[in-house]
Parts: sequence; structure tokens; C-alpha cells
Amino acid sequence: MITVKDLTKRYARNTAVDHVSFEVGKGQIVGFLGPNGAGKTTTMRMLTCFLTPTSGDATVADYDVLEQPLEVKKRIGYLPETPPLYPEMETGEYLTFVGKLKGLSGAELRKRVDYVCDRCAVADVRGKLLGRLSKGYRQRVGLAQAIIHNPGVLILDEPTAGLDPKQINETRDLIKSLGGDHTIILSTHILPEVEQTCEQVIIINKGKLVATDSVQNLQNRARGAESVLVEVSGRNGSLDSAAVQQRLEQVAGVSRVVVKQSRDSYSTFEVESRKGCVRGDLARAVVESGWDLNELRPAAMSLEEIFLQLTGSEAAVQEEAAVKEAP
Amino acid sequence: MRNILIICSKELRSYFASPIAYLLLTMFAFIFGYFFWSSLGEFVYVGMESQMRGQTYPMNVNEMIIRPLLFNAGILGLFFIPMITMRLFAEEKRSGTIELLATSPIRDIEVILGKWLAALSLYACILMVTAVNFAFLFKYGKPDWKPLAIGYLGLLLQAGALLAIGTFISTLTKNQIIAGAATFGVCLLLWVLAWVSGYETATWAQVLAYMSITTHFESFAKGVLDSKDAIFYVTVIFLGLFFTTRSMESLRWRS
Repeated sequence: MITVKDLTKRYARNTAVDHVSFEVGKGQIVGFLGPNGAGKTTTMRMLTCFLTPTSGDATVADYDVLEQPLEVKKRIGYLPETPPLYPEMETGEYLTFVGKLKGLSGAELRKRVDYVCDRCAVADVRGKLLGRLSKGYRQRVGLAQAIIHNPGVLILDEPTAGLDPKQINETRDLIKSLGGDHTIILSTHILPEVEQTCEQVIIINKGKLVATDSVQNLQNRARGAESVLVEVSGRNGSLDSAAVQQRLEQVAGVSRVVVKQSRDSYSTFEVESRKGCVRGDLARAVVESGWDLNELRPAAMSLEEIFLQLTGSEAAVQEEAAVKEAP
Repeated sequence: MRNILIICSKELRSYFASPIAYLLLTMFAFIFGYFFWSSLGEFVYVGMESQMRGQTYPMNVNEMIIRPLLFNAGILGLFFIPMITMRLFAEEKRSGTIELLATSPIRDIEVILGKWLAALSLYACILMVTAVNFAFLFKYGKPDWKPLAIGYLGLLLQAGALLAIGTFISTLTKNQIIAGAATFGVCLLLWVLAWVSGYETATWAQVLAYMSITTHFESFAKGVLDSKDAIFYVTVIFLGLFFTTRSMESLRWRS
């Protein structure tokens, strides 16, 4: 549905997007991930024909964004970072205006306006001025305008930014329910969101593509080896953690044992092993040596860690956090 | 064409949904009403004086009231046009709604023409205010309506040219105040360019005076439809809107 090849956007002083290539299949929900300033918005703007790429190709539904922008625009629904609302318009009036812009008219237009109001739960504010709506409603009206002409492709730039947790959940459910009929690209820097809503992830950093894969594969790939957390305590209230470490290292298949936490009575170890289940052997080794096994669980790598590993810069994320905290 | 009308009606709605349109209409009505009242007063005074002296001056309503008033309406327009055009694109750029327009299946030129037409329509509404004043002349006198009609046509053409320039300037910035101030400066400059011909007759002065927006209105105010002047205005309109399309296109490279 969407093909991007060597897409580049260069400004006078910097390169915002640098030879990015990816493909998105029909009906997929794709998470577009990256720290702030990574080039997510710029890429999306090029896909929606708002910006002209410096070089490279992008096609949406087999139409080139440079050659046939009007055809591309007909097939795309776009929600920019700030919903493009006119404060002096009423919700219903605004949706009708956008519908007309997208080429709808007459009975069909009225039907679609009713439908999107219902779908995005904005029917109760139809007669209200957009300038008076709360952030949650504004975001939903933004989403409603994006889907009004039933586009094949939806491009959503941080659709859950600035919403409260309840609204975030509602918006995610809405987006999920839109998948299937629509091909969706959504950008975000909230990682659990990708794990929850998307099937595929595209990670970019500093304008460059870092990874593109399914969420599942990415987790497996980053994990590489399996790692298990083991908490062990001594029977008589004291524990020699060095002895435990030595014993665990002797278990077949274990490549490395790290002491994560060491107390008088119990210690926690992170055990790395090659793939395959060594958990049974670990448990037996602990119990047979006369210690108590308090906890044994797989240390699944969260997408967050994968993300940090792939973008290779904790600094970028810290920076982002600092920006978010700043008033 | 359909798209142009969609944009145009949306713009007109937002003019009339905010106080802008009403404010401009009211201010224009007051100021022009004052002009009308004072020039009518003078006309009556001159008429009475000539009667008392027993001389019969040829008293012509068209020449003595309508022509200078039309010219004044044009000058007054110079002050109002920046207030009409400054928000056209600057506001959309600031609020981000430009992204909606630029990613909708609609051509840039349709957006521009729609906005320009809306601005021209608002200006036409403002001019209607002057028609209320002139209606009194028709009630109590017998002015010729044809020069008046041509005068209005000239006013619209002149405004169309300045509005096109204002529309262009509005695409250059996110800041409405800057757009308004710059347009006002250009409007004023295009007016005073004509003054140079008062003391200088060299070729450069003539060229400069020719570029003035108000010199071309003189024929219209007299009730003469001079194709040379009409073409001048149409050319400025065309150029202004053409530069606006180029400016819109450059946004796709820069922003």
C-alpha cells in the first residue's frame, strides 16, 4: 500500500530524513517510532504531499507523491501533530467542510459526517465551537476529519499526545478498530503504545532507518540469548552469593551469571543462557544445593530496551524526557 | 470551480463569524458617511452662494460629489485592505490548519483563488455601504448612474489588485501583524508613488507614477472605462496571485 524508497529531505543546514526505505502492506497498523527530532513528522509530511522530498520515491496506493499528488491526497487521511481545527467553526460544520474538501457531497456527505461523529464519539459536541473543546475532543475531531472520506491510508502523527490515560485507551481502541479497513501509520514515542496497537514497527533515529520488523521479531531479535532472573535465599538466614553464582555457572548452557542484588539473606541473579529452556536445570541446581528458590522468571526485554539498544543512545531519550518535563 | 467556492464560503463565514467583518463595515460606514456629509454640505453651500449672487454655476452632482467621493473611498480602501488580507494565510500557518488544506485533494491555486475571492467579496460588501449614501443623491437629484457604475468597477479592480498583493504577503509569514503592517506599507507606497509626477517629469518619474495604484483609478472615477487602466489592474491581480502560488509551493520545500 505504501512504498518508500531512499526518501531524503535535506534542509539548508541539516538532513531531516536520510535515505529511508520501507514498505507497508494493506490493512497493517505500523508504529513509527523514534525520539523527538528523529524525522518522523517530516517523513509523514512527505507521504501526505505536504512536503516535497529532496530525493527518493514514495508511492501511496501505487500513486507517486511527486507525480500524482492529487490522487495520493484522495486516498490519505492525515492527522497532524496539532489537529487542524478552525476555532470559530462548530464541530459538525467543520466536518462538513472537510468532507467537501475531500470531494464528498450531498447525501453521502451527510451520511459520512454522521458516521464519523458516531465512530469517534464526538456526536455530543456537534453544535459546539471547536475553540471551546477539550483536548480529548479536539484530538477525536481531528481523527474524525482524517477518516471522513474513508481513505485507504491513515497517517496519524502522535494521535495520543496530550490525552489522559482513559482517553489514550479509547483512542488506541479506536485506532485498532480502524485497522483492517485502513492501512495505518502512527507515530509515537510512547513505546507501550506500539506494543499494544501495532503489528509492525519502523524505528528511525536522526533521520536514518534503524529497524523495520514486526513487534514480535524485534523482541526476539534484540533478546538473542535468553535471560532469566533468579532470586535465591539461604535456609538459615545467611547466603554466600559467590557460591550461588559459581553453582549457577556450572549449569549446562549458561553463558553468564550476574549478581543483580546481594543481601545477607537473599540474592538476585541475572542468568544468561543460549536459547532453550534451562529454567528447570537452574531450579534443580538451586534446590539440590540446599538453597531456597524465591523467584525464577524470564527477563523479557521490553520494547523500551530494544529501542534504546537500537538507537544506541540513552542520551537521546533522556533529552526527550527533559524536553517533556520543561514547561 | 467547486473547490474554489468551498474555500471562498468558508473564508466568508470566518470573516462574519468573527468581529472582523462587522468592525470593518462599521468603521467604513462612519468614515465614509462623514466624507459624504461634508462634501454634500459643501455642495449645498456652493449652490446657495451661487444663487444669492444671481449667477448660475453649472452644478453637477457627478463631478462635484460622486467623483471625489469615489476617489476617497479608494484611498480609504488602502487602509482597510491590509486588515482583510493579513489573516488569510498567516493564521492558517500559525494554527497548523494549512496542513489540512495542503493535504486535501485540492490545488494550491484553488485555495488561493477561493481566499482572494472571499476577500474581494468582503470588500464589495464594504463598498455597498457607500451605495446607501449615494442612494440619497438619486432620491433628491438626478445624477448619471453610468459613471458611478464604472467608478465601482474601478474600485473593485483596484481593491482586487491590492488584495492580491496582500494575499501574497500573508503567505510569507506566520505573524498576522507582520503581514498586515507589510501590506499596509506597500499599499501606502503604491499610493504616494503618484506624487512624484507633481514635480518631476523625467522618464523615471513617469514610470514610477505609472506604477502607482491610484493614478489608474482617475479614469474610472471620471466614469471613463479606459482599457489601459483596466489591464494594469488585471495584470497586478494576475502577478500577485501568481507569486502567491509560487510562495505556497516554496512552503512545501521549506517548512
